Amino acid sequence: MTSQSETDRPILSLQGIKKHFGGVKALDGVDLDLYPGEVVALIGENGAGKSTAVKIMTGIYRPDAGRIFVAGEEVEVHDTRDAWRHGITAVHQETVMFEDLSVAENIFMGHLERRAGGFLDWKGMRRRAAEILRELESDIDADAAMNTLSVAQKHMVEIARALSHDSRVMILDEPTAALSQAEIHELYGIIRRWQAQGKAILYISHKFDEIFAIADRWTCFRDGAWVGQGRIADVTEDDLVRLMVGRSVAQLFPKPEVTIGEAVLEISGLGNAREFDGISFTLHKGEVLGFYGLVGAGRTEVMEAIFGLKPIDRGEMRMNGKPMPHGSPREVIDQGIVYVPEDRQHAGVILPMSIRDNLTLPLTRALAKNGVFLNDRAEQAVGNRFRERLSIKCASLDQKVSELSGGNQQKVVIGKWLATHPGVIILDEPTKGIDVGSKSAVHAFIAELVRDGLSVIMVSSELPELMGMSDRIIVMHQGHTVRELARADFDAETIVAAATGLGRLQEKRHA
Amino acid sequence: MRKLLRAREAALALIIAGLVGLITLRAPVFLSMGSLDTIVTDGAILSMMALVQMLAILTRGIDLSVSANMALTGMVVALLSRAHPDMAVGLTMALALGLGLLLGAINGVLIAYVRIPPIVVTLGTMSVFRGLVFQVSGGAWVNAHEMGPGFIGFPTARLFGLTSIVWIAALVILIGWAFLAHVRKGRELYALGGNPVAARYVGIDDTHNLMLVYAIIGLVAGLCGYLWVARYAVAYTEIALGFELNTVAACVIGGVGMAGGRGSVLGCLLGALFLVIIFNALPIIDVSPFWQQAISGFVILAAVILNSRGDRPLGKLILRRTEAAPVAGAAS
Repeated sequence: MTSQSETDRPILSLQGIKKHFGGVKALDGVDLDLYPGEVVALIGENGAGKSTAVKIMTGIYRPDAGRIFVAGEEVEVHDTRDAWRHGITAVHQETVMFEDLSVAENIFMGHLERRAGGFLDWKGMRRRAAEILRELESDIDADAAMNTLSVAQKHMVEIARALSHDSRVMILDEPTAALSQAEIHELYGIIRRWQAQGKAILYISHKFDEIFAIADRWTCFRDGAWVGQGRIADVTEDDLVRLMVGRSVAQLFPKPEVTIGEAVLEISGLGNAREFDGISFTLHKGEVLGFYGLVGAGRTEVMEAIFGLKPIDRGEMRMNGKPMPHGSPREVIDQGIVYVPEDRQHAGVILPMSIRDNLTLPLTRALAKNGVFLNDRAEQAVGNRFRERLSIKCASLDQKVSELSGGNQQKVVIGKWLATHPGVIILDEPTKGIDVGSKSAVHAFIAELVRDGLSVIMVSSELPELMGMSDRIIVMHQGHTVRELARADFDAETIVAAATGLGRLQEKRHA
Repeated sequence: MRKLLRAREAALALIIAGLVGLITLRAPVFLSMGSLDTIVTDGAILSMMALVQMLAILTRGIDLSVSANMALTGMVVALLSRAHPDMAVGLTMALALGLGLLLGAINGVLIAYVRIPPIVVTLGTMSVFRGLVFQVSGGAWVNAHEMGPGFIGFPTARLFGLTSIVWIAALVILIGWAFLAHVRKGRELYALGGNPVAARYVGIDDTHNLMLVYAIIGLVAGLCGYLWVARYAVAYTEIALGFELNTVAACVIGGVGMAGGRGSVLGCLLGALFLVIIFNALPIIDVSPFWQQAISGFVILAAVILNSRGDRPLGKLILRRTEAAPVAGAAS
């Protein structure tokens, strides 16, 4: 099938697609060809630009440069309806559904079918929905309310929705995340039927076993750039890992020479019901401890649990040698642990508040006279100190944080926590989505923290940054810590392999 | 001082000044001492209630039960006064505060602990409180001559030329301002409304704060319930019917953001003042009573539109500005 189709014209072809968001380049001239009856696996690390490419193909984003061809003809994809018209549909990573509507309504929303007179043809749509679901060998009732379905069933509906369009190109973005093993095999069956019908399939996954099971060809992105493509039969898992990582850690990181001190935070056997289990690690004074893993590996969940935002069912935490009870964020802050969350706008800053008030928010209690009345002068002093120390670019501390750029907002978040004089600072994706200049400022800042005797936990999906700044790296996979490496043993391929679960497989094979 | 003259409040003050000017051109009597006295006294209750309503809106909530709370508390103290005409004013006020606090605490428990959205809770308690007014009064009025002389006399008794109702309002507003500007809890309310998730990360507990907000609202509503009944010298089942919407309107006109986390005491007061002027001016300038409600609605909308123009984000600060340059609009 493959050899013959390769001579065909691609159904969908991207050429030299570029896209940037503010100062951040998401895609820098990528190519992608999809042929009828073929499954192409799109591979790349977190942030390599895979999802951005999908969003461009489906009209959610417009490219800044580059051309899109459908069956040899150049087209513009302005929105999802355009994409549907060209026969392109996608099953997105996170299912976006109308929870209170029925399955049939969800499948046809956006392209509701009408009968004569302009009225909606509910009868027809229900029948079609039932047909599609039967075709998927699913027993979901087309009239069921969406919110009564399981996550896996919702995913099936999402796939049914994609099928309700007469599409030639099917894009599956991490389709198996919510599926059981049996359901994954059903999905393979569906994909093979699509292949037989001559559809082109783009399969995005981090899981190599799936890629080797279903894909005919691969295309790899790295840091928003195209790095290669080829036939799956010609490569091994190790080759793909090398392609995904494939860069030298050329950037310079201001890693300071700090003598690592005694244990500060000791975590052993931490686990809860659904998210993570058997998490053990020790953080020392002056150490930068990196956490790597794929998106959804449970890194953020572990940190939130330590910070008192998620339940803990098992395990022990010790701070400075003394047992630390699992408490509220307030109590954890009082223990000297602070957490700088990943999503600044959502969880970091309070946009309608002034810079000063944001900076002093965790401190209001400590600064307040008698613990009750706000101390404006002390707050102003703290504000000035951290404005200078972090070089926050602003006209005045009274300015609202909403007027600052992303990088400066990030500085406010970090400054807010530093003002509490913590012993341990947990940084979750501290440089995500900020420009290069602000990034190196954050790195310099981490260096300064450990020089001052703080201990840092850095959760990051950017391997170069993590390898550049950490003393040790802990790799998580599906809610477990799977690998721990000292700085001398850092190796990008080993780390990525562990994060994709390969390390475990290989260990099992050896055993 | 710089904070007092923030653009949004200054704009509203200008609108009010213009409005007063226009009204006075048409009816000079509007600026007479008697008329101004009425405005200040009428404005007293609205300002207090708008101020506490702002606490709810700041924390992304709303309290629709405020006027029903006022009615129920007002009716209960009026009935008590009928039964005991010689009851001391201090005791009456304490009872009004206590009953109002209790009613507010009911809202607080349902919102903060049972976690039901404020609009749903207070819509429900609004009906319950209003229904209880019928229950306790049997649907009958309590008229001026049935209430004790001290009960009626106190709110309109004068001290240094102003009625005591105005002095009480001034005190409540002063406390409110101090609370929001200079007390840690007040700052926490802004944080909670501005970004509840971020507030949680700095250890601000929303349960206690929400409980506090609705309890304070109830407390002040109870006080205003007594003042209302005593000022108008009559208690009946429809006391302050629909008044909760005036409190919300005053907040919105005063620039309190319905999305939470944004609003000042000064803005809130100007909003209340604006409404009272409109309500009082329309009869004076001979607008037909049939038109009054529609016109006041229209003017409120116009004020909100004018005011919201200052709300649009200025955009991110990307260009580096020098320290000395005046910040355009000084919008923060």
